[in-house]
Amino acid sequence: MSATVAMILALAVGTYAFRLVGPALHGRIELPARIQELLSASAIVLLTALLATGALTEDGGFAGWARPTGVLVGAVLAWRKAPFVVVVLGAAGTAAVLRAVGVA
Amino acid sequence: MFIVENMRTAERTSHLDLVRDASLVWLASGVVGVSFGAIAVAGGLPVWVPVVMSLVVYAGSAQFSAVGVLLAGGGPLAAATTGLLLNTRTAAYSLAVAETLGQGRVARLLGAHLVTDETVAFALAQPDPVRRRTAFWVSGLGLYAVWNTGVLIGALAGDAIGDTARYGLDAAFPAVLVALVLPPLRQDAPVRRSALLGACLALALTPVAPAGVPVLLALAGLLAFGKGRTA
Repeated sequence: MSATVAMILALAVGTYAFRLVGPALHGRIELPARIQELLSASAIVLLTALLATGALTEDGGFAGWARPTGVLVGAVLAWRKAPFVVVVLGAAGTAAVLRAVGVA
Repeated sequence: MFIVENMRTAERTSHLDLVRDASLVWLASGVVGVSFGAIAVAGGLPVWVPVVMSLVVYAGSAQFSAVGVLLAGGGPLAAATTGLLLNTRTAAYSLAVAETLGQGRVARLLGAHLVTDETVAFALAQPDPVRRRTAFWVSGLGLYAVWNTGVLIGALAGDAIGDTARYGLDAAFPAVLVALVLPPLRQDAPVRRSALLGACLALALTPVAPAGVPVLLALAGLLAFGKGRTA
């Protein structure tokens, strides 16, 4: 079990180190406006890639129709400026109903 | 006096808005946390593994992957590597929200641990720095509490929890992200170009690259950023 402890520790320390990059550098070096702009853009790029792969794929393959359809319903609701609650429940509800009627 | 009162009320309402929106993310994460605890224990790991892991690693996708590798017999080294690969993106997030965390040492050290996809998306979706900071801390502290409570419940309940896909929870998370990234994508053409190119790259690479790598390589989408707004 000590190998599992080592795994958890390595993962925890490494992850915390990644998360500390921003706060550690902040205030010590003055980043040019251009870099700051790219940094906030990169967060949106990562989140968008995460949502695309999360909506469409599962274990490297297609996630089936229920999930992407649910996310699409959520996206349409968000585009029409529906409240956050409606967007999220709309997406989950659509996927749940589709699965209940047999769409994977 | 009247104006001050009005501003206070406005501020309070906007904080209520934040809590209301964040609570939905908490609820969904709590249920996913329950399923994480349950999956880990049902797969044969002792209760403390998912519980301690959630407290100290605190990254949903990395935890699922690491436990998945462990349960599939991939070994601790492969488990840690997969998890770390998935978490490299938090370095980029932490740079993006560094200013949002606050100035004090404690705020930075504590805030860093709360940097997740959800909290960063939540913070960046806010219009001004003050609200951004509140959004980060409100959603971050709440998420930490709910996630870890969920994992503990799941680990103790084990097999008793059914498949969460039945409730469409797997669609809720991408939808949360859609709602949060849509405003910047709408307003900002360079960000939109970069994000679209990045998402296409990530999708194309997903069948062939190891977990975590496709999303990371999506950063190449920034090549489409061009000169941005400062030009």
